[in-house]
Amino acid sequence: MGPVAWAAVAAFLLWNAVSLQVDAARVARGWARLSLIAAGAFPPDFARAGLLASGMLESIEIATLSTVFGVLLGLPVAALAARNVVPLSVYAGGRAAITLGRTFHELIVAILFVKAVGFGPLAGILTLTVNSVGFFAKLLAEQIETIDRGQIEAVRATGASRGAVLLYGVLPQVLPRFVGLTIYQWDIHLRQSTIIGIVGAGGIGATLYNAFSRYDYDFALAILLVIVAIVLVGEAVSALARRWVQ
Amino acid sequence: MLEVTALDKTYPGGDHALRAVSFTVEGNDPVFVIGPSGAGKSTLLRCINRLVEPDRGSVRLDGEEITALEGAALRAARRKMGMIFQEFNLVERLTVMENVLSGRLGYVTLWRAWRRRFPPEDVEAAFATLARVGLEGFEGKRADELSGGQRQRVGIARALVQRPKILLVDEPTSSLDPRTSESVLRLIVDLAAEDRIPALVNIHDVPLARAFARRILGLREGAIVYDGPVEGLTDEALARIYGGAVLGEDAR
Repeated sequence: MGPVAWAAVAAFLLWNAVSLQVDAARVARGWARLSLIAAGAFPPDFARAGLLASGMLESIEIATLSTVFGVLLGLPVAALAARNVVPLSVYAGGRAAITLGRTFHELIVAILFVKAVGFGPLAGILTLTVNSVGFFAKLLAEQIETIDRGQIEAVRATGASRGAVLLYGVLPQVLPRFVGLTIYQWDIHLRQSTIIGIVGAGGIGATLYNAFSRYDYDFALAILLVIVAIVLVGEAVSALARRWVQ
Repeated sequence: MLEVTALDKTYPGGDHALRAVSFTVEGNDPVFVIGPSGAGKSTLLRCINRLVEPDRGSVRLDGEEITALEGAALRAARRKMGMIFQEFNLVERLTVMENVLSGRLGYVTLWRAWRRRFPPEDVEAAFATLARVGLEGFEGKRADELSGGQRQRVGIARALVQRPKILLVDEPTSSLDPRTSESVLRLIVDLAAEDRIPALVNIHDVPLARAFARRILGLREGAIVYDGPVEGLTDEALARIYGGAVLGEDAR
């Protein structure tokens, strides 16, 4: 890069800092406030265990249901987005669906669904179901694309229909990956389901948001600890289950 | 009877794989197709059952024009052609029985296929065919547990259980050791004779072809350069097929 380019980059960064009001004094004041929050959060308060448990349970339910729906929706999309299964025109459509599913962060999708179906877990389930298409369908489509064509060719050669080729030639080759991805998707949804409540899509996130807005930092810390615990347990279950499948 | 007339295929990449290939397979004797790798042997077999679309020409099986068929009619025609593959192409994660029964997929509904509820006569035929290829008692094993020779026997059973009018056999021994090669080829030739069907067998191993064939087709750069009895396969004829005075590695 020449000196002009360097100068342009420096000017751009400086302009960003000024326009976004990056200010050392404000950072210092914020630091002080953070330590206040930390002090208010200790010790964590588990007194409202019922509220916490029901929020957490709702998150787990959202994660589980959206995984079921996501897999049901993602399976056909994955088949339509695998170049070796469908003609190019169909493939383009399948890929477009996946790209659309990946374009927006789950919080943006959640805001849309909260507007559409109102506050509550239904919006969360819809959000994560859509989210699945971007993740589950994409990785499953890639798995379908790497399968051994010879096995499919052999099933085609018997005079099997397209559906039978899928059942006998494709499915056995992708099933282990399919199960692994489903478990992994659930693990990811569990994590995501704890955050989408912040925009009103149900689950423990809403409880957390309320705790913060009421300055109940000790309750907020209790919620955070439970989230950490559940996510870790979910991850462990998912890792064990996936190892068992392979 | 299989009649192939002026079959021509050029792949999108520009590879002219078949050039006006014509021949007829009458009766039930096996026909062996030899030629260097890349001569178009595999393409020829796959253009016959339309796993590969030929550009021009005609393929007739017992008078039926295969190149004109679409959809269900094409699938019905494929049932009449049992194919055996170089890499066996078994569905690795399915059992031997499921692999053999997949030869009946063209005959059963998707619902039956899904529930593995094949008609009892199909299941009986599958057991009987497994016995014919010497794999009695192997039905519950998974395909990926088998040795190469055993896998190819399952491949043969899958093709035979279709009750085909012809076997299309693509380099059946290339993935096998010499001893197994011979027994597998022997099995294919014998079972085809028992079922009174011809086999069109691609093979690059000339001595093996000599040992089993009565009629040889020589393919070079997509064109038939020899079509005659195995006795006529002189050094001169081999040179025409494999090119030059020095025989290629394939022809040894």
